[in-house]
Amino acid sequence: MSSSLYSDKPEPVLSPASAASAGTPIAAGKLRRIREQLLGYLFLAPSLAVFTLFLFYPMARSVYLSFQLTDPRGRVAAYAGWDNYSRMMESSAFWNSLWITVKFTLLTVPAGLALGLLCASLVHAAGRGSKLFRFVFSVPLALSVGTASILWMILYHPTLGMLNYLLGQIGIAPVQWLTDPSAALGSVSLMTIWMNSGFPFVLLLAAIQGLDNDVMDSSRIDGASMWRTFFSIKLPLLSPTLFFLAVVSIMSAFQSFGQVNILTRGGPAGSTDVLVYSIYREAFVNYQFGTGSALAIVLFALMLLLTAVQFLVLGKKVHYQ
Amino acid sequence: MRGYGHPRHPVRLFSLYGSLILLALFVLGPLLYLLAQSFMTPAEASEYPPKLLPSGLYTGGLKNAIETVPIFGFIVNSFVLAIAIMVLQVLTAALAAYAFVYIRFSGSRFWFALFISTMMIPWEVTIIPNYLTVKSWGWLDSFQGLIVPFAASAFGVFLLRQFFLQLPRELFEAARIYGCGHFRHFVSVVLPLSGPAAASLAVYVFLNGWNQYLWPLLITSSDAMRTVQIGIAMLQFEELTSWNLVLCGVALVLVPSLVLLGLGLKPLVRGITAGAVKG
Repeated sequence: MSSSLYSDKPEPVLSPASAASAGTPIAAGKLRRIREQLLGYLFLAPSLAVFTLFLFYPMARSVYLSFQLTDPRGRVAAYAGWDNYSRMMESSAFWNSLWITVKFTLLTVPAGLALGLLCASLVHAAGRGSKLFRFVFSVPLALSVGTASILWMILYHPTLGMLNYLLGQIGIAPVQWLTDPSAALGSVSLMTIWMNSGFPFVLLLAAIQGLDNDVMDSSRIDGASMWRTFFSIKLPLLSPTLFFLAVVSIMSAFQSFGQVNILTRGGPAGSTDVLVYSIYREAFVNYQFGTGSALAIVLFALMLLLTAVQFLVLGKKVHYQ
Repeated sequence: MRGYGHPRHPVRLFSLYGSLILLALFVLGPLLYLLAQSFMTPAEASEYPPKLLPSGLYTGGLKNAIETVPIFGFIVNSFVLAIAIMVLQVLTAALAAYAFVYIRFSGSRFWFALFISTMMIPWEVTIIPNYLTVKSWGWLDSFQGLIVPFAASAFGVFLLRQFFLQLPRELFEAARIYGCGHFRHFVSVVLPLSGPAAASLAVYVFLNGWNQYLWPLLITSSDAMRTVQIGIAMLQFEELTSWNLVLCGVALVLVPSLVLLGLGLKPLVRGITAGAVKG
């Protein structure tokens, strides 16, 4: 029989009466459901194929490789059992890299959110020129880690760089931005906050603009101060957006690589050796695909843990309208 | 009389615009420096104390950057890559999103959860096997290798699904009443209406493609296949002495992204917001 999907006749699903009057309603319904079923999978197929080949399969293979020793070409040489993991747990470089990643996240995420919130609130409050500022604060969306890192590398140059020159003008001694182990992570973080500042701004501005004006107005009429309105009304209403941003920013901080590769190569003295950089070094510089995979699995586990914690703990405290 | 709390009180206006200008300087400062440097002669650029402004619009540096390194080729490569990824991702995402919104099939919730969960797999976790896969297929240093792994994204599916959910359900029902099957409904009703969401996704995906770093770094090795981001970083290592040239290269690479941002800011913002706020 002709399917309801392609027939030119009215679709009976929506009117039970006409469906009941069809000859064999049960068989027709079944066929329709099977067709609907197949069609569903057909529409999913392209995405599913890409995910399977380039996400699910490699995910499984990462787990597998993490228990193997490989030759420099990536071929499995021997079963290593938990050796890769136990060696990793014993190595101070691993714990250092983990700690550096956490520090980097703490340096970039809260500051990035605060900066975004500040810029968005100010732009929203501005009348004239708000369009111009909106564009200005959105410009970093166009930046890439490649261009931004090189630009800042030049700004950070210890003797000829603009930043040390400006510091000199106000009487501050030059900073070894990228070569001083105690400064390097901060420098990479500053550049990262700058590079990523567009995303939180754009999201928060849209969220602020989407707030119910009546609520704001009535609170103002009731005599609530600007700050009071901000902290007691705006912030709770913005919490879903802030929550989402926190999740996304932490994840992106944990995946940072380019700026470290270009600016510091993990140094000096491992002070910027974030997790993804150590994966890269292990796998593509030292050709240890097994231990590299073990590190990658740790990154994955951490991301899962983070997401779970965020959704369980923060999710409850977020205000949804 | 206007009270201090009034939005147009001069003190408030002053502090408002004062803070805005300071923040704008932080954001734009490095880019203005870049702009000024790219129009300086090599002599001006290497002066110390550093000059803030060029004495004229000297374009020799930019020309030199184009001639010294195959920047033009890098730009073409990145365009091909970013456009291909953009088209593929919008298409695959629209199909999947359509299935999740309009087609009733068992397991639809499971698959959606699975799709969304892929957002939790950091791309970096899969690079080692992906590198080995692409290598075993002989796709190293090729466009396929750069494009195909990014032909679908859960974010895109999620974004378009959110958008489809907001389309009036009556449209769908009307289409079905007039006997419109899923394919026709998809092609002639949903796709034309999803212009705004598709544009958002497209701008977002293009920028991401243009800005990719780690993957092209791993799988491209010849100058002929280098993308802009890798090419520009190469420039930095080769020409460390001549900042001027490096900065001119950076400026050239930034131009397409900035132009696209200028043209596509609205859809981009709409996309980012739709993807997030309703989440």
